[in-house]
Amino acid sequence: MTSAGDRRPSPDELLRRLECQEADERRGRLKIFLGYAPRVGKSIRMFDEGCRRKKRGQDVVVGAVQPRGAEEVAEKIAILEVVGTDVLDIDCILKRKPEVCLVDELAIDNPPGSRHPKRWQDVEELLDNGINVITALNIQYVEEEQDGIERITGKRAAHFVPKSFIRGADEIEVVDVPEEELVKAGAEDSAQRVRLSQMRELALCIAAEVIEGQLQRYMDLHGIRQAWGTQERILVCITPRSNAKAMIESGRRNAERFHGQLLAAYVEQPNVNREDQETLDANLELARKVGAETHILKGANAVDEIIRFAQEHRVTQIFIGHTQRSRWLPLARSAVDNLIEASEGMDVRIFPQVQST
Amino acid sequence: MSESSLKFSPPKRASLRIFLGYAAGVGKTYAMLEEAQKRRAAGVDIVIGYFEPHGRKETIEKTKGLETIPRRKLSYRETVFEEMDTEAILARRPQVCIVDEFAHSNVPGSPRAKRWEDVRLIQDAGIDVLTTMNVQHIESLNDQVWQVTGIRVRETIPDWVVEEADEIVMIDLSPRALLHRLERGVVYAPDKALRALENFFTETNLTALRELALRQAAHQVEDHREAARPSGSAEKILIHLTADPSTAMLIRRGRRVADYLQTECLAVYVAKDPQWTDLTPEERSAIEKHLGFARSLHIETTILTGRDTAKAIADFARERKVTQLFIGRNSKDARRIVDNARDIVVTVAAARRR
Repeated sequence: MTSAGDRRPSPDELLRRLECQEADERRGRLKIFLGYAPRVGKSIRMFDEGCRRKKRGQDVVVGAVQPRGAEEVAEKIAILEVVGTDVLDIDCILKRKPEVCLVDELAIDNPPGSRHPKRWQDVEELLDNGINVITALNIQYVEEEQDGIERITGKRAAHFVPKSFIRGADEIEVVDVPEEELVKAGAEDSAQRVRLSQMRELALCIAAEVIEGQLQRYMDLHGIRQAWGTQERILVCITPRSNAKAMIESGRRNAERFHGQLLAAYVEQPNVNREDQETLDANLELARKVGAETHILKGANAVDEIIRFAQEHRVTQIFIGHTQRSRWLPLARSAVDNLIEASEGMDVRIFPQVQST
Repeated sequence: MSESSLKFSPPKRASLRIFLGYAAGVGKTYAMLEEAQKRRAAGVDIVIGYFEPHGRKETIEKTKGLETIPRRKLSYRETVFEEMDTEAILARRPQVCIVDEFAHSNVPGSPRAKRWEDVRLIQDAGIDVLTTMNVQHIESLNDQVWQVTGIRVRETIPDWVVEEADEIVMIDLSPRALLHRLERGVVYAPDKALRALENFFTETNLTALRELALRQAAHQVEDHREAARPSGSAEKILIHLTADPSTAMLIRRGRRVADYLQTECLAVYVAKDPQWTDLTPEERSAIEKHLGFARSLHIETTILTGRDTAKAIADFARERKVTQLFIGRNSKDARRIVDNARDIVVTVAAARRR
């Protein structure tokens, strides 16, 4: 990578890295197989991996397996030692201290009286004790996604796993199959197909998001500074004069279609009259409403501030409104000209002025 | 035979399923062959049209019991190459055909330049196809992939070809697991593996490509679902072509945005006079190349003549009800175009560098 190593890490940063690495070495590694629905084959993939590791000489045990498991699973785990059944027996596993523990169905609530209410908390303890864990999770149970999931399926899950737990995994893998394969033969249910397709899209996006975070962490850890992003990030620049409504709406649509992130920023200006201030506040509120992360920037030169902010946030598209070109000085450089010039690695999208002003 | 085959309907293009990955060794071919075995077990007449074993034992194992159509030998510059024998597949007429490496370019002298063209022919004959490809072969991602990895992928597939696939399956593997495979010599022979590890297979490269693949798959899952409904988008994108080399980047970017927004995409070149007398031979061939490239991505191209480029573009945009203009930042007319088209959204596309 050409841009690697162009930034010298500070002593604090080096120390932080070292601490991270040390903590990493003691802790067990977590791998999660993510699926978007039951029967996509998460558990099979997990047990497959367990068997392969066993054959390569690792000490692998099964910590939890679902009783309603298919024959295929029973066959798979025949060569593996099973410690516990549908209930994860944490003391038993800690005493047995395997190298790798397979835990099916991460999102399960433990029976009352268990050490931890949630299975993912058991897994956390196993990891803390240096045991590697491989587990399987249906994204339907991701806590922070419940609103979106309810919109798709009409219901919320009764038990969850927090997204931070998934983000903290050392590895995740998506188990993807076409939704057609999950629709029961003969039962032509187009609504079910749409639901499955939406859940599938969500699973792929959650995975991409988690991986983006991992990439960022990896780059921080290795002092790699990178301007590019694989995710589209749209920055809408808001001023009292710009046609903010059209820009925000377009930004929302673009962010949605690209599965990207929407940001909106305003560079504070001196002497803003009351009317303009109200317009600004309303525009920022509108941006927030459609899901934009809004920022107020400070600085004498608006263009510089926007460019700095955009680079920091790895923005890929900047949306701005046309400035009014002076009638008397048509050749004078406008802020838009300056912004275009300074934003080489980003798209700049210039929107028409509001008609009335 | 299913009931539908008894009806006398005109032949429809058969289906295409793409197993999408982000690098060699993630398990695309393996997954494809597993699917093939499942279908064979269900009584489907399925053959291997092309399979690239790469000496991978576990994958080769999966071809057991599947009929293989022998490859066709072609010599080019005194070397013998083996290519998929499309004509033999058509003559054999199976229900389903396995075609590895969708992005492959055929050796010069082959009936078709690209394997994806062979695949379309096979589909046209009513044969379903299962195929494999990596995300870096998608045309509109070419610049992004180059920026991320430093590698200019030469074998590309136009986005519309990939988007026409009936099904896409993401074959995911963590980079760590992939690097282990590489170290164990599962993917490449040891000397090649070492080189691969040093160059392409770095953790950042793999992670970034993987993210691109996941996003591409998500996009296609969504597109596929939404295709059933009218898009309702009244947008139209117009790309301004010039002789500048960055035009290829601009075309890819405009095409990509148009695809994501499900809008129509046009391109225009403005000549100073009908004979292009103001151009050097290099500029002339660059323009022709860019026009051809745009057409290959299903972009409708128009050549206008006018002394005032900015005005010609703005007028054409209004006439064709274009809602968004894509221009390059190297264009000497950029500023004037922005100024002349103040009623239209103008995008000055990024210049990607490494």
